[in-house]
Amino acid sequence: MKVRNILATKKGHLITIDAEQPVRKAIAMLVDNRIGALLVMDSTGKLAGILSERDIMRTAATDEALFDRPVTDIMTREVVVGMPQDDVIAVAHTMLEKRFRHLPIMDEGQLIGIISIGDVLKIQRDAYRGEVDTLETRIIAKGEE
Amino acid sequence: MSPIGTATQPLRVAIVGAGPAGFYAAERLFKETELVIEVDMFDRLPTPYGLVRNGVAPDHQKIKSVTAVFDRVAGNPRFRFLGNIELGRDVTVDDLKEYYHEILFSTGAQTDRPLGIPGDDLAGSYPATEFVAWYNGHPDYRECEFDLSQERVAVVGVGNVAVDVARILCRTREELMKTDIADYALEALSNSQVKEVYILGRRGPAQAAFTAPEVKELGELADCDTFVLPEEAELDSLSLAAMANADRADVRKVEIIQELSHRQPSGKSKRLILRFLVSPTELIGDEHGHVRQMKLVHNELYATEAGSLRPRATDRTETLDVGMVFRSIGYRGVPLPGVPFHESWGVIPNNGGRVIDITTKEPLLGEYTAGWIKRGPTGVIGTNKPDAAETVENMLEDARAGRTLEPSHPTAEAVTSMLDERQCRPVSFDDWKRLDEFELNRGKAEGRPRVKFTRIEDMLAALRS
Ligand SMILES: Cc1cc2nc3c(=O)[nH]c(=O)nc-3n(C[C@H](O)[C@H](O)[C@H](O)COP(=O)(O)OP(=O)(O)OC[C@H]3O[C@@H](n4cnc5c(N)ncnc54)[C@H](O)[C@@H]3O)c2cc1C
Ligand SMILES: NC(=O)c1ccc[n+]([C@@H]2O[C@H](COP(=O)([O-])OP(=O)(O)OC[C@H]3O[C@@H](n4cnc5c(N)ncnc54)[C@H](OP(=O)(O)O)[C@@H]3O)[C@@H](O)[C@H]2O)c1
Repeated sequence: MKVRNILATKKGHLITIDAEQPVRKAIAMLVDNRIGALLVMDSTGKLAGILSERDIMRTAATDEALFDRPVTDIMTREVVVGMPQDDVIAVAHTMLEKRFRHLPIMDEGQLIGIISIGDVLKIQRDAYRGEVDTLETRIIAKGEE
Repeated sequence: MSPIGTATQPLRVAIVGAGPAGFYAAERLFKETELVIEVDMFDRLPTPYGLVRNGVAPDHQKIKSVTAVFDRVAGNPRFRFLGNIELGRDVTVDDLKEYYHEILFSTGAQTDRPLGIPGDDLAGSYPATEFVAWYNGHPDYRECEFDLSQERVAVVGVGNVAVDVARILCRTREELMKTDIADYALEALSNSQVKEVYILGRRGPAQAAFTAPEVKELGELADCDTFVLPEEAELDSLSLAAMANADRADVRKVEIIQELSHRQPSGKSKRLILRFLVSPTELIGDEHGHVRQMKLVHNELYATEAGSLRPRATDRTETLDVGMVFRSIGYRGVPLPGVPFHESWGVIPNNGGRVIDITTKEPLLGEYTAGWIKRGPTGVIGTNKPDAAETVENMLEDARAGRTLEPSHPTAEAVTSMLDERQCRPVSFDDWKRLDEFELNRGKAEGRPRVKFTRIEDMLAALRS
């Protein structure tokens, strides 16, 4: 199972914010779109970082003036990026080990989507459910193979 | 307009494609208690079950018993099977919109992915998809010819389909006699000269896509010795590190591969060799344009940023003498006329099964998708169940909110007359059950689980008799 199998059933609509926009706007976008992270773009339209709920929480704990600061101040700059041909199982381990929940996906230099740990969990759960179902069928079946 | 989903105006759903995804979707729709739902399931073939009939290997009969689940769905009085009706040939999406509130596309993946190397198109180089459909008696592929006079064969790819292809090539006549393999294929394979089959993986044993029971079975063939080269069975350091996180099934798979690398020849008449970390770079033909050799490059693995291990070519190369090549590197969906299509992934663009416009990403009213054409050609039969359930949840949500098509003729009778006018004679589920009975009886006479009809004319003639 590859990352592209996750992307295939998602809208693929990239929700991005400009690095200079205030955190206030970012929070509104997260809430409106019911998502956990935004892709942050620099003035040339390149991926500059990622802003997650966690980044906001971490800053909010010490900085009450957070709302007016530009996103660029608090975003995560070192973004791990995936590819559509990455194996889901490997991506799952990387996300768990490196403790991040969102992975932007690039294909031939183009940003094409973002997957969350929830997406990874869901496709794995469905694969296991399917395997169990199919195994049961095979075990219950009469006759020889 | 009266409310939809009631006894007077049931929610009418068209399902296009009678494979596992279509049946699991229908099953889930019928579990809905608040809405009255009618399902018409179309398939381009007179026979239902999709790849369960035309893909699953004939020597894996047990798994085919999942059709009992599908038969129960088909027994619902609000279900109709309209076999031998193809979307694009007999009806269009616009037609369906006149008769149904919701349309679900579950047409699977009908074609193969090319290797994209020089010589891919030489005689003797075939897609596994065609070989599989041929030995399973798919009417569109019964006339295919495979040059089984060749002794050495390469199968590219290490998924379960590659394993199926290699196993069928290595089975004896006696083993195949016990299956429902198409009778012409049984004859052709009984006379096959194939002696040596290579299965070629571009990555290592730990990344092989096949599953443990399938590779174990390769080591248990009646008249074929199966090997792995010891140096290729060893895991590199990156794979070893990754194995620390691997689940039980993957650990077992690697153990089985390593066990095969210690085997000695036992004098059986065929040999099956599983190779790893090699990629074909070119097929070389003879003066008749027939494949004679395959150039391979040895690979090493590197980790991507996100942690998967990918192959990278080294400067070590090798030439393999082979007279036949099967590419088994994955299936690919084909576009349906009038339905959006994602060219590079070969799927219908969708959001949780709601078909979306490829540019605006907005959902198209009343159009849905499930199965391989929704997520790509991956997963066992059962995987299509949660997949179809997700889509059906969205279909029901839309129906309850009144977001459906507004067909001008939302009745079963209207569909029947439309097909009648076009002189399309759909094969019903009862018809199919009669065909099934015929096939089982023909099988009984030969001591086989079934003998399939492999021509549509023969199926229709049997039904008229
Ligand atoms: C060679 C092979 C072997 C497999 N073996 C196993 C196995 O042993 N165990 C296991 O669990 N899984 C196996 N699988 C996987 C399993 O078959 C798939 O997960 C499953 O069949 C996918 O279901 P689907 O409904 O999406 O597509 P399909 O099963 O392909 O069904 C699609 C249906 O749509 C119909 N259709 C297509 N186009 C049109 C059109 N234009 N109009 C009308 N109808 C149309 C087709 O005729 C077909 O009946 C195997 C797959 C392959 C390829
Ligand atoms: N018995 C069963 O349960 C059974 C039987 C048949 C099929 N199925 C299921 O049906 C699905 C489809 O099976 P499948 O075998 O068609 O697909 P698959 O499992 O995706 O395997 C495809 C194989 O092709 C390789 N590949 C892809 N591109 C390649 C390239 N350019 N060069 C060399 N190798 C390449 C892949 O390697 P990489 O991983 O490196 O990309 C992989 O080994 C699977 O989920 C399978 O489990 C199940």
